[in-house]
Amino acid sequence: MTSDRWATDFSHLDPEWASDPYPIQDDLRERCPIAHTQRFGGAWLPTLYEDIAEIAYDTEHFSSRAIIVSDFRPPRDLAPAGGSPPITSDPPFHRDARKLLLPAFTKAAASKQEPATMELCHSLIDAFEGQDIVDAARDYAQHIPMRVIAGILGFPPEDAPRFREFVKNTLEGVSRPREERLTRMSALFHYLRAQVQDHLSTPREDLTTYLVNAELDGRKLDPPHVVGTMALLLIAGIDTTWSAIGASLWHLAKNPEDRRRLVGDPGLLPTAIEEFLRAYAPVTMARLVKQDMHWHGAAMKADDWILLSYPAANRDPAQFDRADEVIIDRAVNRHAAFGLGIHRCLGSHLARMELQAALGAWLARYPEFTLADPAAVTWAAGQVRGPRSLPLRVTPTMTVP
Amino acid sequence: MKVKIDSKSCQGHGRCYDLAPGLFGDDEEGYGRVLGDGTVPPGQEQNARLTAANCPEQAIELVEGLR
Repeated sequence: MTSDRWATDFSHLDPEWASDPYPIQDDLRERCPIAHTQRFGGAWLPTLYEDIAEIAYDTEHFSSRAIIVSDFRPPRDLAPAGGSPPITSDPPFHRDARKLLLPAFTKAAASKQEPATMELCHSLIDAFEGQDIVDAARDYAQHIPMRVIAGILGFPPEDAPRFREFVKNTLEGVSRPREERLTRMSALFHYLRAQVQDHLSTPREDLTTYLVNAELDGRKLDPPHVVGTMALLLIAGIDTTWSAIGASLWHLAKNPEDRRRLVGDPGLLPTAIEEFLRAYAPVTMARLVKQDMHWHGAAMKADDWILLSYPAANRDPAQFDRADEVIIDRAVNRHAAFGLGIHRCLGSHLARMELQAALGAWLARYPEFTLADPAAVTWAAGQVRGPRSLPLRVTPTMTVP
Repeated sequence: MKVKIDSKSCQGHGRCYDLAPGLFGDDEEGYGRVLGDGTVPPGQEQNARLTAANCPEQAIELVEGLR
């Protein structure tokens, strides 16, 4: 795709975007800070931090009724809840639907999962014994959020591989025919309804049991609300963190100085994680324009998409010094990887815990690693971007205490 | 120096209580809250400034000159 076409005919599903979106975003930010495409029935792509922030905060003009860009827009009467509350909900419904979930996703709640997550990371690495090359995306990063979210929802851990298919269809299958998507999506909802039934007959201490008993305004949640929220937690919790872990390991495989520094000073890891989140923010959100309007010079039509690129916001030089460089001890880092405003990623504390466990365990066990084959690295296209295949050549530490 | 949180802006990112657990905590929903009356002990001013500079919602206000 030529430079001009990105301004007037962009697609975030393009392989060029998937493999390296940053030069495209940097170019657009300078030349055409709100790009447009007729694809997907009309969509806009702002690349300035301040525009992206303004849209994230403006729930009057921009709706979250749908947040995954495709040719299809869900019916307007799905509002205010949307299909997967609270991510698809607008105010005022959004507030209470989110409030129900917040206590389960605090930093303290995430910390309780830390020992088991650390153990999981080490057991995954144990299984690589004898291998010189490990696919860190497919065989490591992927499994960590899958197992964590399965545990929180109270799903059998052996079902985890099925979640991958559900996620792939939702996030990467957006260009497939609608009927095929619906068929595949119904498999997810069938699975979730079976889990709800199982938890109704055998209640236990998990988030699924909590949701089936939860009340809004003195009434139990509608069944579609329960299942829609479960779908959200399952899908939003997996690809995103998987991508962040994978992108961080990809960076460290390519930048031995950063890797050695973190091996020598693990206390720097939390700061480095924030920088990886800034520079390789996995998630691009979306909004729908509510009414025809002129917005910052763009003639937006009702039901046009806004591709809300937090990755582009995070590399805006007006907001960050040396925005295009990865500086693992960057002290001032007001990044927007988890979004801005009322839809701040509910799982951000969980994601940070998983990143800390995944990278901490990896660096302790594999202080030396490099890309085994740079050409074999593949990146997911679409609104969640991260490595899907990441073969690393690893040199384990001699003994594990 | 004192720290304040604008609760209308705070969205519970938790950068303040990650970076300065001596100055900030969280409530049962994860929103940030100021510990005590928000007075920054001597020597912690730089840390307080860091939390304000890292809050994605710009919800932290520093009130200089108070002790």
